[in-house]
Amino acid sequence: MKKKYVSGVEFFIEKAIFASGAATILFVVLIFVFLLKEGLSLFSEVSLTSFLFSKNWYPISDPPQFGILPLIMGSILVTFGAIVISVPLGVAAAVYISEVAPKSIRTFLKSGIELLAAIPSIVLGFIGIIFLAPAIRNIFNLSSGLTALAGSIMLAFMALPTIVSIIEDAIVSVPRSYKEGSLALGATHWQTIYKVILPAASSGILAAIMLGIGRVIGETMAVLMITGNAAIMPTSILQPVRTLTATIAAEMGEAVAGSSHYYALFAIGIILFIISFVINLLADMFLHRGKK
Amino acid sequence: MRDTRRTERIAFALLFLATIVIVAPVGIILFIVLWHGLPGLSLEFIFSMPREGMRAGGIFPAIIGTLVLTIMTAVFSIPVGILAAIYLNEYAGKNWLTRMVEMAIINLAGIPSIVYGLFGLGLFVAFLNFGTSILAGSLTLAIMTLPVIITATREALNAVPQAFREVSFSLGASRWQTVRGVVLKNAIPGILTGAILGLSRAAGETAPILFTAAAFYLPQLPQSVFDQCMALPYHIYVLSTQVPNVSPKIQYGTVLVLVLMVFMLNIMAAFIRAKFRKRKTW
Repeated sequence: MKKKYVSGVEFFIEKAIFASGAATILFVVLIFVFLLKEGLSLFSEVSLTSFLFSKNWYPISDPPQFGILPLIMGSILVTFGAIVISVPLGVAAAVYISEVAPKSIRTFLKSGIELLAAIPSIVLGFIGIIFLAPAIRNIFNLSSGLTALAGSIMLAFMALPTIVSIIEDAIVSVPRSYKEGSLALGATHWQTIYKVILPAASSGILAAIMLGIGRVIGETMAVLMITGNAAIMPTSILQPVRTLTATIAAEMGEAVAGSSHYYALFAIGIILFIISFVINLLADMFLHRGKK
Repeated sequence: MRDTRRTERIAFALLFLATIVIVAPVGIILFIVLWHGLPGLSLEFIFSMPREGMRAGGIFPAIIGTLVLTIMTAVFSIPVGILAAIYLNEYAGKNWLTRMVEMAIINLAGIPSIVYGLFGLGLFVAFLNFGTSILAGSLTLAIMTLPVIITATREALNAVPQAFREVSFSLGASRWQTVRGVVLKNAIPGILTGAILGLSRAAGETAPILFTAAAFYLPQLPQSVFDQCMALPYHIYVLSTQVPNVSPKIQYGTVLVLVLMVFMLNIMAAFIRAKFRKRKTW
């Protein structure tokens, strides 16, 4: 049966609705295609293995060297630090807000965390340069506080709103009967939380960790400002590092369009795209598993 | 028994402490920004051009740049975002295409902002030849904001009870008439809230406009959408890392203006949400 439309307007609106839905797929494809289009040109000059595993990133020396291992290690180090800081804090805060806090301060704490999410990352980076970096320099007696540690602390705060809100959702969606059963058996509220509620919310917590990692690994400006920007293999968290994202942001301005440096920065973009794709897929999987 | 009670008290105290460790810095940061920023804030600072290599004068072009970018981002992303959400929530069946669209949105939401910047550079600036321009920057920001708007709109549409739709269908209304007259009418506040929150994030973003729209120093207002523009987030980056000896008054003043703009959008969203909750009768 052919579909009947009430009016011509309706016909066009419905077409626009379908087109907009399909456009989301188109955008993902376009993004990937344009990254590939520019980025793959690099691999006519540099092999994929030396791009990924060589330790030298000297894009403007002669001949240039495009090894992104130090950048990958920089990203991993900063991300690892941020996750180590933010996950325990995030789990604790989510449990406190959803299970323990009296109603009166619950709203207050929740708006505090929403406020944190609203602060632009450039502002956090600015505050980090002025307060966090000098503090780290003084505490650890360094010549500069612009280090991987500063980046990790900063990024932990940026990831926390995401982590807290997803874990909170997971805790709230634990069936009430689980909690009541545990309490009825004589367990204290705390015992119920860590023996019943947290295990039941575990896939939500995993999803939160994945999305936190995604948020942290993709952050650019604050990291660029605060990690000291040295594209060398990091050996300690108290050293300056350079992440994948910061490298693109710092160098694209100077890279000549069509040069191998320009292609190399797009190739880093491909790596970031793939990383975020995998991480979000995993997070989505955990979220769906949690709902079943 | 007393031991388990004591363990509980200690555990709860630690949980409270962890929450404070997260929330307290937010208050401290806002206090610092207000404290150092307010003295620098004046009509002259807001409405005049920067002078002496941005070490004096105002930030008017950066404010206008951010406003224009945000408004154009809204123009591009809100209609597409709402329509895409309507598709997913009201039209799509449970098939592979729907699943693909959902995956695409999840993927778009996770792509790092700097990768959006690269994409904008490749597609809008270079391939479509828009150059570094307001148009290229706002299109890039719009695609980045899209998943936020779609997700929020979907939630708002989902919150409209199924019964409303059934009543409308039973009265002989078509699907689109139902969506327009019943579903959208009840979902508008939720959609607005989500759209505004998405835009407030776009307004504060730096990485996507870095190579698509932002001008380092341009003491004049943009004349067309093909011009570059200054923008507040990028200006903060420039003032704090690229130009030596900028007085803290100017730095903090700029930070405060951006924070105020972003918070104003957030407060607007919260206000709409609160008003709607009161009115909601189902």
